[in-house]
Amino acid sequence: MNDSIQRLNAAAARLTRPVKFMEVCGTHTMSAFRSGLHSLMPANVTLLSGPGCPVCVTSQGDIDQLIDVARKPGMILCTYGDMIRVVGSAGSLEQARAEGADVRVVYSSLDAVKLAVENPTRQVVFAAVGFETTSPASAAAVLHADRLFLSNFTILTSHKLVMPAMRALLSADDLQVDGFLCPGHVAVILGAATFDPIATEYHKPCVIAGFEPLQIAAALARLTEMIADSICRSENFYSEAVTETGNRAAQELIAKIFRTDASYWRGLALLPDSGLVLRDQYRRYDARLRFQLGKPVDREIPGCLCGDVITGRATPIDCRLFGSACTPARAIGPCMVSSEGTCQAWFKYKRAVNRRSPLNLKSEISDGTLPAPVPAEGRAS
Amino acid sequence: MCLAVPARLVECRDNAAVADLHGNRVNISTLLVPTAKIGDWVLLHAGFAIQLLSEQEAQETFAVMNDLRAVAGEGP
Repeated sequence: MNDSIQRLNAAAARLTRPVKFMEVCGTHTMSAFRSGLHSLMPANVTLLSGPGCPVCVTSQGDIDQLIDVARKPGMILCTYGDMIRVVGSAGSLEQARAEGADVRVVYSSLDAVKLAVENPTRQVVFAAVGFETTSPASAAAVLHADRLFLSNFTILTSHKLVMPAMRALLSADDLQVDGFLCPGHVAVILGAATFDPIATEYHKPCVIAGFEPLQIAAALARLTEMIADSICRSENFYSEAVTETGNRAAQELIAKIFRTDASYWRGLALLPDSGLVLRDQYRRYDARLRFQLGKPVDREIPGCLCGDVITGRATPIDCRLFGSACTPARAIGPCMVSSEGTCQAWFKYKRAVNRRSPLNLKSEISDGTLPAPVPAEGRAS
Repeated sequence: MCLAVPARLVECRDNAAVADLHGNRVNISTLLVPTAKIGDWVLLHAGFAIQLLSEQEAQETFAVMNDLRAVAGEGP
């Protein structure tokens, strides 16, 4: 760790202006915060969290549909644990479960298929969320269900693709990011070359990084060196797992089951070819069709800045709800719900430094713009 | 959500495998790494092996994790 931090400091000393880097992976977010990496970084280097937490970028409309389908009689809804507390228009999956809905947390998509086999009289829906790391697993589940001729298994897909979101960020006029830390496990699937356009087309340096704080520190040191030396390249610092071309079997499986389509992202709105939907020959496994859910109705939560937070336009402290109305115990926005969300990470690890002064909070409450603060566990007094 | 950890395959039957994960036996799929065989190290994500690792690479990952625990005062 020391070596990387020293290199980072040495490179930062050569910078002529402050720089901001962005990671686009929830696991990077948590690793950096939990290890205290932010506090070890030089003052002129900032690490922002981009749209890399799957729960945080899933649109409110998709979340509402997930909860609606879970509440249907006779349904078993299977989800990765990350999604269970996300709040939609009518509560969360956790609340739906408390009210009698059969919501199961699964570790693997294949566990959902197994549940469908074991419960032939029930309909099983798998919440297919996440980026290219989880989409091969969803594709495998559909393929497996198809081989078993299962008629009671469907998926509700809101799979997203990393590169279209990064392109959208890079194309924005108000982008204030100097370089990117690219997600290591997405790169395992897609290959290191996927991220080359960030350097060649958008002229921002980027480094594919592993997930240990050491690996993140090394990647940040390299990014800072590249800025200091006016170098713009895409480099792979996770070569023990990431090859140039990625995992072909996984890529082929994704392409066999899914095709790309426009997808609605929180904070980035509708992006063309940025999501995955089932190909026509697998449409019978589409929960939206089977249960006639229609098109998701997208809306943003009033007052919530999650969309600005994940695009680097705001930090959690800029949000009027942060730490008062919105806490991990009673989360309003998805960045506070998800254990990989920027707001939850700030709340857990950075609040003591950045929390609002009680004076500011008081004036906001008295002008009626902010709900009364909710006492949260461990809240600093 | 994109967390992945090294694990070693101890049983393999078609695409269904059992992996040793720090002494725990977990059922996983090797559909995405068709050449995987017993004894191989894999990167495991949400029940699927997503990449083959060399033993050296897997051990390096564990070594990094252990270093961190040592730095954090938790011992190896």
